[in-house]
Amino acid sequence: MGGLSRREFLAAGAATCAALWLPGCGSGGDADELTFWNGFTGGDAPTMLAILDGFHKEHPGTNVRMVSARWEDYYQKVPAAIAAGKGPDVGIMHVDQISINAAHRVLRPLDDVAQSLSLQQADFAPEVWQAGVYQGKRYGIPLDVHPLGLFWNKTVLSDAGLDADRAPADREAYESALDELKAKGVQGNWVSTFFFTGGLMFQSLLWQFGGDLTNEDGSRATWNSDAGVQAMEYLRGMIKKGYSPTNVAQDADNVAFKGGETAYIWQGAWGIADYGSTEGIEWGLAPLPQIGDKRAAWSNSHQFIIPQGISDAKLEQARALIDFVTNSPSWAEAGMVLARKSAREQEAFRKLPAAALAEEISYVRFPRSVAGLADVRESTLDLAIQQALSGRQPVRQALDDSVSRANELLADNREKFSV
Amino acid sequence: MSTGAIGRSGTRTGARAAGATRAGTRAGAHGHGALTPWMFMAPYLLLFMIFVVIPAVYGLWISLHNWDQFLTDKPWVGLQNYVDLFTPGGAKATPFWNAMLATGIFTVLSVPLLVVLPLFVAMLLNKRFPGRTFFRAVVFAPYVLGVVVVGLLFRFILDPSVGVLNYVLGQLGLPADTPWTTAEPWVWVSLVGMTVWWTLGFNAIIYLAGLQDINRELYDAAAVDGAKRWARFRHVTLPGLRPVLVFVVTVTILASANVFGQAYITSQGAPAERTRTAIMFIAEEGFLDFQLGSAAAMSYILALFLMALSAGVFFFFRERGERS
Repeated sequence: MGGLSRREFLAAGAATCAALWLPGCGSGGDADELTFWNGFTGGDAPTMLAILDGFHKEHPGTNVRMVSARWEDYYQKVPAAIAAGKGPDVGIMHVDQISINAAHRVLRPLDDVAQSLSLQQADFAPEVWQAGVYQGKRYGIPLDVHPLGLFWNKTVLSDAGLDADRAPADREAYESALDELKAKGVQGNWVSTFFFTGGLMFQSLLWQFGGDLTNEDGSRATWNSDAGVQAMEYLRGMIKKGYSPTNVAQDADNVAFKGGETAYIWQGAWGIADYGSTEGIEWGLAPLPQIGDKRAAWSNSHQFIIPQGISDAKLEQARALIDFVTNSPSWAEAGMVLARKSAREQEAFRKLPAAALAEEISYVRFPRSVAGLADVRESTLDLAIQQALSGRQPVRQALDDSVSRANELLADNREKFSV
Repeated sequence: MSTGAIGRSGTRTGARAAGATRAGTRAGAHGHGALTPWMFMAPYLLLFMIFVVIPAVYGLWISLHNWDQFLTDKPWVGLQNYVDLFTPGGAKATPFWNAMLATGIFTVLSVPLLVVLPLFVAMLLNKRFPGRTFFRAVVFAPYVLGVVVVGLLFRFILDPSVGVLNYVLGQLGLPADTPWTTAEPWVWVSLVGMTVWWTLGFNAIIYLAGLQDINRELYDAAAVDGAKRWARFRHVTLPGLRPVLVFVVTVTILASANVFGQAYITSQGAPAERTRTAIMFIAEEGFLDFQLGSAAAMSYILALFLMALSAGVFFFFRERGERS
């Protein structure tokens, strides 16, 4: 569940969240305790706790206490807690949330931490490493990358007489597989009109066709470029050609995939944990097929953050924790692709399903580090995708309208965060 | 007569407690101490001040700023937040008025059903028949569910591709691809339908209480005068229910205008933002996008609308009352 946004989760059941959060409420932590907050509430929580056990063995002097809340709660409460001086000593944030929190001045710059751990770009990958920087300062140390990958349901493919052990890597192979499935009466790859996973598909294709969400400095939205139109037309074509039903609702694509109604799904790496714990489904995982002119895949990344106002002693402990966890290959058991090369190169990682997505690391893409961009995108592009894919608006018009709205909101944000 | 009795007993208690202060006895001649009503109201007024008046005034203050709760700098912008909402085609105005429209559509569709259907249900439940108590409980039962439960339940039922309803329709040989939660007009049918199912019981119980309050002799008298079923309903039941009707209409309009959970969970505002309601948009603007200033301004505009609407309802029913 690592890649879901706040809004996505709210819908899943806000009522249970408060209860989960209570143990962490109001605790600045005891003097001898390092509090570590994150949103790992699924199968990823035990994995992280096991890593922390290892850390305790190596650093008997440090006692880490992990507190987890669902992400959507987390992003509302953590800034408030830090601002009130009751935040954690160290935490995890998605990379697209770092800019807004840095702009809200609740995060401590980590350039010195990275330097003292002698971490640099070469230890990660340029895109991942740069994504944690906001306005020239580093605020995040990458733990993992969870890019979009192509999952396939082996049973559905072999029932349709297709090779169940290989994934189509290019447009031709992908479309011919979808055609064969169609001939057998299977709509091979459902296209959701929601951010999960339609929005993720659109962004990946936008980048594949050579476009981008914004210009270089993030001051203007650019998804109405020719590349954007091509990307959207491609998705709409998948629906028109019958590879997907129309009006696929939130999560229905995932349910259909697990239920064997469809063969492929473009899903985030968190699908590994989801499908891995689903009874009776045999699946494979490969990098996204190349549809456009170059390879690219939407991705998100969990990064370590440290709140403002941490004491020197705690900072020392937090640094050791960050070093240890980012170097642990077993984090990939939670379905994540490890960000640090030294962790990725270990044998323990290569055996895990997430390793199938490791080659994507060289071409994963993130939105630019602009405060509030994620929220602007949610209220503009995500709606345009629904309009265009449902056919209520022509592709070009939906994109143009959303871009002009986004530019206005981006200008507002720029003014707000410039002081 | 009865007010006097309460006043006397009030003075007596006050005198005993306060040791018969001069002011107390003097005021006692008029019925009670000057402070007595305030003392009685104090607990409520205190809560009302803390949780309604002060936040309301504070909200007005917030709406005049570019207010991000995490930035120390919250610049004064005067009426700019309101101006933005009335700038045609603006990045704030378009989604806000779309949200208001969505709320309006929902209210217009759901209120008549929620006013009329429960009345007939209540009249049925007011008859004598075996199992009456059981059916009364059944009708009321959905109302005890939380909106999250109802929302998720209907999401499972209504999902266009993997939901129960379309599956069953398909088995019956009917069209199985109706986009119940992802396209208009179906999504409105879904939202209104689930809301009616959910809250019908509440209004029905209120009506039932009202029906039981109508004197049976009036029906007998009407029958003697030769009134048929419709005439009895028109000239006895409806006038007898008037105060209850005002309550039901007002409360239902306010509840419908504040619709949030159903659309938030079941359709998630889809298609695009067509079912994103005003409250939903205001919450997103304030708490997810950190724009508390404009969110507060939106709340005030919504509140003004609702106040005008409620005043209209009272006026409408008062008119009719005087004529009859």
